[in-house]
Amino acid sequence: MSLLEVSGLSVRFGQTEAVSDVSFSLQRGERFGIIGESGSGKTLTALAVTGLLPEGAQMSGAIRLDERPQPRLEHEMARLRGKRIGMVFQEPMTALNPLMRVKDQIAESIRINLSEAHVPQLLREVGLEPEHGERYPHQLSGGQRQRVIIAMAMASEPDILIADEPTSALDLITQRKVLDLIASICDRRHMTLLFISHDLKAVGALCSRVAVMHRGRLVETGKAASVFAAPRQAYTQKLVAASRFDIRPLSRPPIGTTLLEVDRITRDYRQGGMGPWARKPLRAVDGVSFSINAAECLALVGPSGCGKTTLARIVVGLDRATAGEVRLEGQRHHGSDLPKALRRDMSLVFQDPFGSFNPRMTIGNSIAEPLRLEPELDARAQRARLEEAVEAVGLTVPMLERYPHEFSGGQRQRLAIARALVTRPKLVVLDEPVSALDVSVRGEVLALLARLQADFGLTYLIISHDLDMIRAMADRVLVMEAGRIVEEGRPGEIFVHPQHRLTRELVAARLPEIG
Amino acid sequence: MRRLLSHPSLVIGLVATVIFLVIGLLSLVWTPYPIEQIDIGRRYLGPSAAHWLGTDNLGRDLASLLMSGTWTSFLVAAVAVAIGVGLGVPLGLAAVAWGGAVEWLVLRLTDFVFAFPAVIVAILITALIGPGAINAIVAIGIFNIPVFARVARGGALSIATLDFVAAGRLAGLGRAMIAWRHLLPNIMSLIIVQGTIQTSLGILAEAGLSYIGLGTQPPATSLGLMLRDAQGVFLIHPWLTLVPGLAIVLIVIALNIAGDGLRDAIDPRLRQGNPNVLA
Repeated sequence: MSLLEVSGLSVRFGQTEAVSDVSFSLQRGERFGIIGESGSGKTLTALAVTGLLPEGAQMSGAIRLDERPQPRLEHEMARLRGKRIGMVFQEPMTALNPLMRVKDQIAESIRINLSEAHVPQLLREVGLEPEHGERYPHQLSGGQRQRVIIAMAMASEPDILIADEPTSALDLITQRKVLDLIASICDRRHMTLLFISHDLKAVGALCSRVAVMHRGRLVETGKAASVFAAPRQAYTQKLVAASRFDIRPLSRPPIGTTLLEVDRITRDYRQGGMGPWARKPLRAVDGVSFSINAAECLALVGPSGCGKTTLARIVVGLDRATAGEVRLEGQRHHGSDLPKALRRDMSLVFQDPFGSFNPRMTIGNSIAEPLRLEPELDARAQRARLEEAVEAVGLTVPMLERYPHEFSGGQRQRLAIARALVTRPKLVVLDEPVSALDVSVRGEVLALLARLQADFGLTYLIISHDLDMIRAMADRVLVMEAGRIVEEGRPGEIFVHPQHRLTRELVAARLPEIG
Repeated sequence: MRRLLSHPSLVIGLVATVIFLVIGLLSLVWTPYPIEQIDIGRRYLGPSAAHWLGTDNLGRDLASLLMSGTWTSFLVAAVAVAIGVGLGVPLGLAAVAWGGAVEWLVLRLTDFVFAFPAVIVAILITALIGPGAINAIVAIGIFNIPVFARVARGGALSIATLDFVAAGRLAGLGRAMIAWRHLLPNIMSLIIVQGTIQTSLGILAEAGLSYIGLGTQPPATSLGLMLRDAQGVFLIHPWLTLVPGLAIVLIVIALNIAGDGLRDAIDPRLRQGNPNVLA
């Protein structure tokens, strides 16, 4: 007898069908994963199961829990949701009430569900101390917040836990810990898990059975091991291949002499107060020194908040170092005092492809913006540069006339790379270049970056917490923690024989290869 | 455009506003009677074929006065909004683009102006250069500056943290160019909505100033001045106050409905399926 049975589920918004004819069933104690890109309908499927579909959605098909259909009345559905189904959401900050202590929020969900659970016991179960319960959500880290949400979901002792991308907002180490926590809780309570993610490795680590969703349809369902080892459908094959980051080694120009030197860079942020009342400044970057050679690919790894993005912003001239200096081919600067003549030699690719283009400007105007740094080019030469850059990233010239919202995330990241290349820079700084993209396009973008490096002899400084990507791309790795560089080495050595505690944690947090 | 027209309140508000605006514009080239024509013999006439809305205490044609007064109200409010936008928006953008001392100065300046009601400013100006429609424009315009400065700053602050602004700085754009190319286009919708609302407030303020004798002076007329002329005979001839009063109410309601509609139509949070458009 299956615990949850979904048959012929369709969700429509007016004319467009977001989920069509999805059927699956969950046995008691099973861990089931739904894999899909953004917009594939996986979240809507989960919302349909909980009866939380947004207004305007029309649902057809049947969802049966313990052989019983979903109740029609909202308050009965709400009781069912509270009692039988627990949910963990993607964004741990917005899922908690910022004005309530977390123990009160957990107590509230115990009270509403008339359950027997106790707050301290729940906190212990999710690996938090009782004093964490006294805090407000903003006083907890992302991983701790996600633990609190799991504790709230556990309060009613549900039969099913639905986790919708629970770790995509967390860094690598925390992600692993949260995934392990979910796995151990499910084991201990014999709870059924419906896990929704675009990350094949996370699903592979957690689930015994998986379903792949594409454009609202289930394209493949089966045992996790067999689906990943021998995917039958073309789409699944593409996904599995994309998650492996196989970047073919290209013949690259040899690594040259020193291009950029960072010399004991320190960045302090003032924390308010004046004169004798000033609070101790926050040191985001603490005396960091390193150098990059021409045509090298250097990676900077570290947990979120370790200062790696601040460092990148100083290198490209967006922020100013409190002390220390940066030398680009021997020319000194301290960050935002970077001379205009040098700006064309460096560029930055941003993490979020959705915020990196002005929505009111055509893509062509946005990409041409850095060409102001080369006033000696006339209009024809500028146009030629523009077209060259767009074609180099595999897009076509007519796209220049369009606006950002007409492009997908992957295309926008290609366009952002085109903008970074338009001045023919020597150094390109890539701040988490693929972490905001779907798994299926990550591989493409990385392959593009590798090809551009080979073709143009570019030097890369990659900022990331994704070790698989770094292993595929980087020549040398710097590991950063709390504003300092704690370890340096080749990716082959550093990930096999990590020396520093943080590096060991990072390596241990990697999810196992799928298939 | 079709998206804009799918908001019923916006359509109703805009249509009503345009009707009043056309009536006002028409008064520039044609009114049934010249508004300065006084004829005591035909005073206090009720509505008739010759005088559609009757005549006032001096025998002036009420319909002609209403048309002309509507135009004055719109003109004063619109010019005052233009002053507010023209000075306030650059101030607000400068506060965001330069930050630091500039921002502090702009904010304290807006606080300072907010501290004085428009009426006090108008009295001050009247004391200095005498009453008139220009005074009303200047007084209301000064009052509009901090409003637009605050709106522009608030909108631009949230835009300024986005990556495309950083990309502009990397491309060597100066602060003024960042404000012009990246910040201004993305707060335009906020400014338009605020402009509509400030226009309706401006019409109210003009009526208030004229009513206490600090705004438009005869022989020109405005809706507030018509109210002032009629208040002495309110108990005997309520019709004379009812006409300009209703006109003010209807114009303000029309503008407010249009402003609300515009905000609904433009606000990205209320717009489905297009999460990528800012402000």
